[in-house]
Amino acid sequence: MYEISLLTVMSFSVIFALSLNLITGFCGQISLGHAAFYGIGAYSAALFTTDGGSFWLALPLAMAVAGFFGFIVGFASLRVRHDFLAITTMGVGFLFTGFVRQQDFLGGEEGIAGIPDPGIGQIPYMLLCAALAAAVIAFSLYLKRSWMGHAFDAIATDEDTARTLGIDVARYKLTAFVFGTALAGLAGALFAHYVKFVEVESFDFIESISVLAMVIVGGIGSVWGVVVAAAFLSVLPLLLQVFADFKLLIYGVLLFSVMYFAPGGIDSLMRMVWRRISGRRTAA
Amino acid sequence: MDALLSIAGVSVRFGGVDALADVGFDVPQGALLGLIGPNGAGKTTMMRAVTGMVRPQAGSIVLDGVEISRLPTHRRVRLGLGLSQQIVRPFAGMTAAENVALAAGYAKTADPLRALATASRTAERERAGALLDLVGIADAADALPAELPLGYLKRVEVARALALDPKVLLLDEPLAGLNTGEAARLADTVVDLNRQGTTVVLIEHNLSEVMRVCRHLVVLDNGRKIGDGDPAEVMADPAVRDAYLGAAEASGEARDAAA
Repeated sequence: MYEISLLTVMSFSVIFALSLNLITGFCGQISLGHAAFYGIGAYSAALFTTDGGSFWLALPLAMAVAGFFGFIVGFASLRVRHDFLAITTMGVGFLFTGFVRQQDFLGGEEGIAGIPDPGIGQIPYMLLCAALAAAVIAFSLYLKRSWMGHAFDAIATDEDTARTLGIDVARYKLTAFVFGTALAGLAGALFAHYVKFVEVESFDFIESISVLAMVIVGGIGSVWGVVVAAAFLSVLPLLLQVFADFKLLIYGVLLFSVMYFAPGGIDSLMRMVWRRISGRRTAA
Repeated sequence: MDALLSIAGVSVRFGGVDALADVGFDVPQGALLGLIGPNGAGKTTMMRAVTGMVRPQAGSIVLDGVEISRLPTHRRVRLGLGLSQQIVRPFAGMTAAENVALAAGYAKTADPLRALATASRTAERERAGALLDLVGIADAADALPAELPLGYLKRVEVARALALDPKVLLLDEPLAGLNTGEAARLADTVVDLNRQGTTVVLIEHNLSEVMRVCRHLVVLDNGRKIGDGDPAEVMADPAVRDAYLGAAEASGEARDAAA
């Protein structure tokens, strides 16, 4: 039963991390407030199902609501860049937690308890989360290969030059924000119906940094690297109490080490190991 | 001949400095026009005003009958401008061929959702290969920009602009950094493209190549137009000789002195 919980947590964490990877990794737009969209998805799904709505409708609803707010926040990325965008999105994260704390209909400080069980049993729920994670992985891999990925790549590298090749940078950035935040909303809805209780602390600045750490440790823009990082980092606190106690400290050390020693993250380390292995094979 | 690109009364001020003051000229369909002038004359600023990277305080820019001076850069490019910048800016993570293929896929990148619906790059890769061959660097197709010398990057930049199938090709000092042979070859390529129907505006410091290939010259000095017409006649004008050649000689002497 314990393994089922781990796989469930892993699955929606992978979706959440890949959703940020789409915005920050593929399109090059930094976000320090991504947990807000995870929260928007979780809260809208929770409100909907506690009010008697169907769990199956709650998933697309969470995506739509989060994607809608992502579209609005995406406009910020059209006006500000780089570190200014980082500060702006951080502000969005604080705006979300600040707003939720004050709203009775969102449970204020107390949060929303008694979120109904999807009613499909633990194993099928795990399988559902895993299947959705697999779909998001497949979507990410495809997107990277598509012409959208090609254009994102150009925008992430040099958006002014992308414009001189006829690329409508604004529309691409907004698309990245809508896709990325909608997927964060999906992850949030899955999270809410797994823990059956949402409170604002689950979506605060620390959570935004945690998901960014997954992307950076995995290798910015790398699908498999981010999947591996998200899978490990999401379940470590459940496996090791010491990791849970010192989560922030460990994330800090990890972020520092990756940025300092291996800016390409797990992805570049995996490639390096692979080159060594295949190099030895050709040598032998 | 009708003007394919018509520039009128363009003024650009940076702070208190007039980078361009009421400059206008026509680029006829099929022209190979040289835009010349000493350093700081406003040539690149004019180019940037045409592409929309600089917003002029006044003036009109009409491309093929469409007023483009209020449009964003990507719209102007889609209406038929191709730009090769003076300072090369290849996408560092893409090979030379991928850089050109991205531009060649302009029809696919016009709309994000349409771009998501298609992944095949075969046709664009082929086109990129052909264009790199055209500018004489087919051997560099699979190299990353960091591995290539400036002369190659200049030509990647030109190939990338050509991949957009532009009505007007704007080339900002494409020959700078090339040796005499390379410069002459790339200038010949530009002439060939022009013969095949592409209208070209060439900003160049290499006066001998400009005089050799251009059939029309516009001369800027201190943000003002001081010459416009047949190259031989324009260069015979004392005002042009004084401003342009005088400055060129002076800067040549300065270079010699520095060396």
